[in-house]
Amino acid sequence: MSALLDVRDLSVAIGGRRVVEGVSFGLAAGETFALLGESGCGKSLTALALMRLLPPVARIERGNVEFDGRELFALPESKMRSLRGGGMAMIFQEPATSLNPVMTIGEQIDEVIRLRDGKEGRAVELLEAVGIPDAERRAGEFPFQLSGGMKQRAMIAMALAGEPRLLIADEPTTALDVTIQAQVLDLLKDLQRRRGMALLLITHDLGVAARMADRVGVMHAGQLVEVSDTKQFFRGPAHPYSRRLFASLPENLAKPPEVGGEAKEFLAVQDLTVHFPIRRGLLRRTVGQVRAVDGVSLKVSRGRTLAIVGESGCGKTTAGKAILQLITPTAGRVSLDGRDLDELAPRDVQMVFQDPFGSLNPRLRIGQIIAEGMTAQGIEGDIGALLEQVGLDADMASRYPHEFSGGQRQRIAIARALAVDPRLLICDEPTSALDVSVQAQIIALLRDLQARRGLAYLFITHNISVVDYLAHDVAVMYLGRIVEQGNVDEVLRGAKHPYTQALLAAVPRIDGTSGECLLVPGDPPSPARPPSGCHFHPRCPRVMDRCRAGYPGAVTLSATHRLHCHLYT
Amino acid sequence: MLAYIVRRLLYAIPILIGVNLITFALFFVVNSPDDMARMQLGVKRVTPEAIEKWKVERGYDLPLFWNGAAAGLGKATQTIFYGKSVRMFAFDFGRADDGRDIGREIVTRMGPSLAVAVPVFVLGLFATVSFALLLVYFRASYLDTAGVVLCVAMMSISGLFYIIGGQWLVSKVWHLVPISGYAEGLTSARFLILPVIIGVVGGIGSSTRWYRTIFLEEIGKDYVRTARAKGLSERLVLFRHVLKNAMIPILTGVVVVIPTLFMGSLLIESFFGIPGLGSYTIDAINAQDFAVVRSMVFIGSLLYIVGLLLTDISYTLVDPRIRFQ
Amino acid sequence: MMPVILWSDALFFLLIAVTLGGAGWARRHEHLRASWAMVWASRRARAAAAVLAVFFAIGFVDSLHYRPQLPVEAGKPPAYSVEVLSALDALLTPLRTHTEKTYSAPLATHSFAKETQEAGGRDFPPLKYPGTHLFGTDKVGQDVLYLTLKSIRTGLLIGTLTTLIMLPAAVLLGIVAGYVGGWVDDVIQYLYTTLNSIPGVLLIAAAVLMMQVVIDTHPDWFATAAERADARLLALCAILGITSWTGLCRLLRGETLKLREMEYVQAARAFGVGPLAIMLRHILPNLMHIVLIALVMDFSGLVLAEAVLSYVGIGVDPNTISFGTMINAARLELAREPMVWWSLAAAFVFMFALVLAANLFADAVRDAFDPRAA
Repeated sequence: MSALLDVRDLSVAIGGRRVVEGVSFGLAAGETFALLGESGCGKSLTALALMRLLPPVARIERGNVEFDGRELFALPESKMRSLRGGGMAMIFQEPATSLNPVMTIGEQIDEVIRLRDGKEGRAVELLEAVGIPDAERRAGEFPFQLSGGMKQRAMIAMALAGEPRLLIADEPTTALDVTIQAQVLDLLKDLQRRRGMALLLITHDLGVAARMADRVGVMHAGQLVEVSDTKQFFRGPAHPYSRRLFASLPENLAKPPEVGGEAKEFLAVQDLTVHFPIRRGLLRRTVGQVRAVDGVSLKVSRGRTLAIVGESGCGKTTAGKAILQLITPTAGRVSLDGRDLDELAPRDVQMVFQDPFGSLNPRLRIGQIIAEGMTAQGIEGDIGALLEQVGLDADMASRYPHEFSGGQRQRIAIARALAVDPRLLICDEPTSALDVSVQAQIIALLRDLQARRGLAYLFITHNISVVDYLAHDVAVMYLGRIVEQGNVDEVLRGAKHPYTQALLAAVPRIDGTSGECLLVPGDPPSPARPPSGCHFHPRCPRVMDRCRAGYPGAVTLSATHRLHCHLYT
Repeated sequence: MLAYIVRRLLYAIPILIGVNLITFALFFVVNSPDDMARMQLGVKRVTPEAIEKWKVERGYDLPLFWNGAAAGLGKATQTIFYGKSVRMFAFDFGRADDGRDIGREIVTRMGPSLAVAVPVFVLGLFATVSFALLLVYFRASYLDTAGVVLCVAMMSISGLFYIIGGQWLVSKVWHLVPISGYAEGLTSARFLILPVIIGVVGGIGSSTRWYRTIFLEEIGKDYVRTARAKGLSERLVLFRHVLKNAMIPILTGVVVVIPTLFMGSLLIESFFGIPGLGSYTIDAINAQDFAVVRSMVFIGSLLYIVGLLLTDISYTLVDPRIRFQ
Repeated sequence: MMPVILWSDALFFLLIAVTLGGAGWARRHEHLRASWAMVWASRRARAAAAVLAVFFAIGFVDSLHYRPQLPVEAGKPPAYSVEVLSALDALLTPLRTHTEKTYSAPLATHSFAKETQEAGGRDFPPLKYPGTHLFGTDKVGQDVLYLTLKSIRTGLLIGTLTTLIMLPAAVLLGIVAGYVGGWVDDVIQYLYTTLNSIPGVLLIAAAVLMMQVVIDTHPDWFATAAERADARLLALCAILGITSWTGLCRLLRGETLKLREMEYVQAARAFGVGPLAIMLRHILPNLMHIVLIALVMDFSGLVLAEAVLSYVGIGVDPNTISFGTMINAARLELAREPMVWWSLAAAFVFMFALVLAANLFADAVRDAFDPRAA
């Protein structure tokens, strides 16, 4: 097999620091190679170096890249330019910012076609090829008018316009929801097969690599530590770092211990509703409502964890904030131990936020940050002990947030919440900004704290794969409503609602088996204009006539398992 | 979109009323008309009769807000507030101290003001955007650094020196154009060349730096990397992608000044003896002609508010993200 | 002698005290120390700071005012002159007192204008202090170097006190509008849009004209001419402040809107921390870099504005020595043959040095403190 791309001993430096060090690999035509690694390992810089698109601060120190028999680093810029987009194309992580906001999709694709002397009007063809419905109209639209998944499809269409022989995809689905991710990965695989393209896939997600790649390369601290065949790699990785990665996967963590005794109801949420008015026109009259949270009822028992799972925009974060009264609910009742929440002191319920960089005030010392809640509530506490409880040193209290890594910051945020000794902790995606190895540590910490302090958790997440290893109960949200809830076994292993089934199937697993069977088409609708009847019916593979007519009532399958679906009524 | 513009239009009304009230307070509440008369007539040796005469001539002898002595509607209209403030909304500005009608004066002086301000604006925008693009094209090179240093140096020089230096060099040493003056019609070009050049040069420093920052900010964005990955040349990336995006903040930033071009430039007009609204204002300040200054404040604010409106409209025209929402 | 503290002196001293206090505070806070270290790492910034320091030293010495004692007459209490002098005047006594009759060119030995000689005929008379006037003398024979040095204080005061005066209002209203929102936001926005709608120069012109009337109709408020000029200077600062706070206020409001949604602010709200405490603890400290940048960026613009406004006649008191009044006086003499250029040249050189240094320093500060600039 002659190599299409041959990278030898590539090193990239930023300032005086080597960020890519002696990376070598090859890629044959039609092959998929996944470059796998955690954030900051140098995988994206490697890809940019191949395209000679490194940011100005970074410099190629040494190495050779041969593409189709040509030395890339020896080419003059004009030759390199004709190779970009033509021989090799690239798509990026953030479809929202990677498209020019003031040019139409069609214009941006035509630009590439013109460079290759292609005929006009092929843009529509390409958009159809990447599965964009109503391509004629979409070609005349601007990027902001498209959903995230559509934008990434448009990016792919743009990359295809030059008929590349190598497509470099830098985390192409990281910014997308899991059902959309499944669609885009499928599309990539299909296109590759049909066009015989080589695909260099940059990803942090073992599951994505397992599903897509023929061969896998693992990067760690700038070095390519292991290259191997995908099947062999997932059967048993060789390098210790790769093994550590596997060990941190939620799939490989121990399950949470079942809480003994009867589940005592603790937090009760009744018909929680948050509507945001849409104001239009001359007088700013309310012309509609964004139904962010639309009648959510749930219960959390003492010492247990309830996970709310859903894709972006389903209202799960809004629901969490409304429970904490950070957002005033439009309607509904929240009570803790039978008392309404607004009568309680804020110390009973606390929150851990998603962004480890935005959740700590950069101008305050760690000690001051943790003391804030105690001061506000007038309680005394030992900051050092709290820090130790979350696995940090007591003497870190005098330092500033910028000195800490994302995982450490998240520990600090947990210590801050614990400082007022809450009984319920709302965790809003506390691990989604973290690398998988750090995620495992934080989940372990949360479980440890639950066991020691008898905390109840409301765990909000889009990542259904962590749920099994953290939660006792699960509620699945779609478009502001809970469509299915029950205990972990009932929902994860006995899912009845087609949406839950789709969600579970879309998650790429490291055995590479999932996602093929049940692909949910399209994007989630806007909560400002929910579809009539069952909200899921436009995407549901098992849709029936009555699904379009009315929203299904609750179906009780067991004492704990309830869902809303016409299939079971 | 129409509703949005109408809303902005309606919002302009309370602002204009606010401006009017502030002006009124400044001119008639801070000082009484008696104070102003005394000051203008010479502080010490002034007779009450002279003050009274001064006030009657200008209509300052009426009560401020409420004329109890008048009949009917006159109670409200025969007041300083009505005569001097409310009537401005009808563009009735009264008379200047030299007896001329301010409104007519403003209309005739707008022409010369525009004759200087419009070329300065258009050429200045073109020159600074081009200069900024040049620097950005050669970014992080010595040319860029030198250009930025030149800009900082240029913006550290007072506008007064540009005018004085330009007049001295071009008119006095080289004798290329007359040092000052103005004529109607095409012959005015002779008089306008120098003030226009000075106006453009004086603004290059700060504007170029500002635009350069905007361009650089755009260049750092993801879509530029995408454009490069498509194989576009640096020239195409800059002119098709970056320029298009950067022109949104640049255009909407300058649109607000377009209506105020009518007001002319205070310094250039007074130095070059151009009979526009700028020199009119300066003369009024020097002569302490309160009526003229008051009128200019009103006109200036009105034009600025029109500028704000145009900015809102231009946003909806230039930026598809706003146009389609 | 009798020390005199003018209002502007007091404010200038306060400003220096605040700056020194702020420096001490910054030394104890790591993020500030790091940013300042970045500023000092730039050679350009260090050079600019050195130049600024010289200017500020001159301004400081020129702010130590006193009234000299008149010759003591036996048996009477000591009397003081009505003339207010500064320590700088004392230092520059030779420059201040060595006046000529009229114009003389830099380092000239003879006067600029011919005079009828005692011996008959017209010739250039020799100067009283030939070759000592580095920048020549002005119309009434005053040393131009002395005038330029005295102008520095005026420029510095306008450049700093204006921002100082408007700062509390801009910060308070900006944060409150952004954080509280609702009708409070509407009112504050209306306020600054309205003020902003009046073209700056015209508002200043109107306000200065009116202020002049107030000062002229109340001559009894001021004991000395210096106090009167000082009051006018401060009033000018206040007026400039009123016309220029709107930009900073709008900027802070926008930034507060962003900070309000930050997760650490939400965390504080979850603890039941009150709005005032959140604004002071979480919003204000994260806005201070913007305030600092505004402070240093506005300085040079205000120094330039002073010259223009004084030139137009709506700036400082005509008797206050400033760059603007110097240029105004010198401009009329440009038409003379040969030209009287040295006053302008001196004003140009000193102003350019001051503003350029300020601009370069401001750039370094912005680059170090603005997170986006890096």
